[in-house]
Amino acid sequence: MNHTENTDISHKILLSAYRRMKTIRTFENRLHEDFKAGIVPGFTHLYAGQEAVAVGICSHLTDQDQIASTHRGHGHCIAKGVDVMAMMKEIHGRQGGICKGKGGSMHIADLSKGMLGANGILGAGAPLACGAALADRLEGKGHVAVVFGGDGGVNEGAVLESMNLASVWKLPLMFVVENNGYAQSTPQHRTTSVSSYEDRARGFGMPAVTVDGLDFMAVYRTAGELIAKMRAGGGPVLLECRTVRFYGHFEGDSQAYRPAGEVKDAWKDRDCLHIFARNSGLDRAELDAVDRDVEQLIEASVQEALKAPHPALNELNDGVYVSY
Amino acid sequence: MTRHISLKSAINEALDQEMARDPKLLIFGQDTAGGVDAGGETDTWGGVLGVTKGLYTKYGDQVIDAPPTEMAYVGAAIGAALSGFPVVAEVPFIDFMGVCFDQLLNQAAKMRYMFGGTAEIPLVVRTMVGAGINGAAQHSQMLTAMFTHVPGLKVVCPSTPHDAKGLMIEAIRDRGPVIFCEPKYLYETTGPVPAHPYAVPFGQAHRAREGRDVSIVTYGPMVPRALEAAAGLAEKGIDAEVIDLRTLSPLDIASVLKSVQKTGRLVAADEAHPRCNIATDIVAQVTGQCFTSLETAPQMVSAPHTPVPFSPVLEKAYIPDEEQIMAAVMKTMP
Ligand SMILES: Cc1ncc(C[n+]2csc(CCOP(=O)(O)OP(=O)(O)O)c2C)c(N)n1
Ligand SMILES: [Mg+2]
Repeated sequence: MNHTENTDISHKILLSAYRRMKTIRTFENRLHEDFKAGIVPGFTHLYAGQEAVAVGICSHLTDQDQIASTHRGHGHCIAKGVDVMAMMKEIHGRQGGICKGKGGSMHIADLSKGMLGANGILGAGAPLACGAALADRLEGKGHVAVVFGGDGGVNEGAVLESMNLASVWKLPLMFVVENNGYAQSTPQHRTTSVSSYEDRARGFGMPAVTVDGLDFMAVYRTAGELIAKMRAGGGPVLLECRTVRFYGHFEGDSQAYRPAGEVKDAWKDRDCLHIFARNSGLDRAELDAVDRDVEQLIEASVQEALKAPHPALNELNDGVYVSY
Repeated sequence: MTRHISLKSAINEALDQEMARDPKLLIFGQDTAGGVDAGGETDTWGGVLGVTKGLYTKYGDQVIDAPPTEMAYVGAAIGAALSGFPVVAEVPFIDFMGVCFDQLLNQAAKMRYMFGGTAEIPLVVRTMVGAGINGAAQHSQMLTAMFTHVPGLKVVCPSTPHDAKGLMIEAIRDRGPVIFCEPKYLYETTGPVPAHPYAVPFGQAHRAREGRDVSIVTYGPMVPRALEAAAGLAEKGIDAEVIDLRTLSPLDIASVLKSVQKTGRLVAADEAHPRCNIATDIVAQVTGQCFTSLETAPQMVSAPHTPVPFSPVLEKAYIPDEEQIMAAVMKTMP
C-alpha cells in the first residue's frame, strides 16, 4: 500500500504522536519479554503493531472526550494520556497501580483522563460509550466519545444494538473497528459476514470510512475530519482501521494458525513506526532522542513496579457498596 | 493399573467418545476449530484453554467454530438441540454468560415446562468457573449458584478427572439443558480415569473422605482444599468427612443429611460470594431437615462479597482456602 506523506500536520503534533506510539511499542515489547520471563501475572493482550490507530485517533481528543476500550487496551490508555508508571504497576498488581492493583491489564481505567476502561467482555464498551456520548450531546459542549473494538468483537449483539441506538439518538460517538485480521485464532472472514465494516455501518444509517491503520498520517487526518463533524453536532460514525497484530492473541499463544512468515514480514514491512519514520519528515536524530527517553521511562516503570509493595490485605474489601 | 490423565483431558475424552457414538452431536464454541482458513495450521486452539483440541481434526464439521457472539450461538445451540441435534456449546468463561443469559434463563430453561412438557433440549453448555489464575474480575467468577437458582437448568461441577469424564458423558446423554462448570484451576490435576466410556449419574454426591467427627460439604475447586483441611485436622485428632456434591442441580441432599446425622457437625464451603450460595443452601436444608442431629451450629466458608481482585496477593486472600475450612471446623468443636 502507498502510505501518505506529511505535508500538513505540525511538527509538534507529529513529535508527540511519535512519542506516544513509541511508548506503546516499548511498553508492549517489554511486557512480552517480562511475561516470558514469568514476572508478569495474569493474561495480557499486547497492542504492538496497532499503535497508529490509537494514537492517530486519540491525538484529537481531550480529557473531556471519553473512550471505551477492549481487552487489548494498553495502547488506548497510553494514547489517551494515562500515566505509564501507574499502568505498569497495575499490570504487576502493585500498590500505586492506576486501579490500586485490583483491575490488572484487562481493566485499566482512568476516569480523570476520559478512559472508561479496558474490558474483559467483548463488546461491553459500546453501550457504555453510548451513554457517555449522550451525556456529551446533552451538555452541548462539543465533547465526543469513541469506542474501540476488534474485527471479531464488534459482532457482539451489544455493539450492533449500540450502533442502532447511536444512530437513533444521533450520538457523537465514533465506532472504531481495529481490523487486525484475527479474533484469537479465527480469521476475520469466519467471524464477520462482510469484508468491510462500512457495510455494517450503512445498515445502521451511519457514515463510515476505512483507512490504512498502519499509516498514522491517514488515521490522523481521517479521524480528525470525522471527530470535527461530530463536535459540530453530527451523529455517529464508524472508522475501520486495517492493521496488524504483531504478537499472539495473548502472551503464550504460539500463533501456529498464521501463515508461515506472516508475523516476521509484518515486523519488517508493515510496522507503523517504520512507516511513520519514513513519511513524517521528522529527523532521525529527533526520533532517536525520543527513543532514548522512552526506553528510560519504560525501564524505570518496570523497576518501580517491581519495587512497589503488593496491596495491603485490608484493601480486599474496599471499593464495594456493601461488604461482608 | 488405571491410567492417570488430567481433568482437561478427561473432558476431551468424554467429548471424543460421545462424538464417535453419536454422529449428530455437535460442538459449538469460539476457536474450537482453532484457526481454520487462516493460512497456517488448523486445530491449534481447541477453545481458549485447549479442552476441545484435536476434535476438529477427528470430527471435522461436527465441530463448529462460532464468532464471539454468545447470544447467537448459544441460542442456536438451543434451537438445534430442540431440532434433533444435541449440542455441546462452549462459553469460555462463566463470566461471559451475561451476554447470552436470556437464551438460557428464559428460553432453554423454561421451554419444557411452558410447552406442556413436550420440548427436549439435549444441550450442554461448557464453561469455566473459579479463581486462581490471575484472571481478574471478569474471568474468575464462581457463578454456579446463579444457575442453580433457575428451574429447568441442571448444574454440574466436577472436582476430579474421573467425575469430569463421567459427568460430561451423563450431561451429553441427558435430554435437558445442563450447565457444565469446569473448575479451570484444576484442569491440569491428574487422577485415575477408565479408558472406556462411562456415565456418572446426576444427583449422587461422592464421599471423597470418610470421617466421624464433622461433615465438610462442598464441590468443584473447593474439594481438594477440603481434603487438605481434613488432612490437617487429622493431625489434631479430628476425623473429617468430605462430601463432594458433584452436581448442584439436582442436589443429593440425602447423602449430606446422612453424613451430618453421623458426625453431628457441618461445615459447608463454596468458592462463591457469601450470600445465597451453595453453602448457605446446604446449611438451610440441613438445619431444616435434621436440626436435632446437629451438636453445634453449622459453619460456612466462602469468598468475600467483592469482585475477584487482580493482585495475586489479594486474589489469594479472596479464595477460601484450607486454613479457613480448618478454622470453621474448629468453631464446630466443643
Ligand atoms: C463476551 C466475550 N466473549 C469472548 C471473549 C474471549 N475473547 C477475548 S478476545 C477475543 C477475540 C477478540 O478478537 P477481536 O475483537 O478481533 O480483537 P483482537 O483480539 O484482535 O484485538 C475473544 C473471543 C471475551 N473476552 N468476551
Ligand atoms: Mg482482531
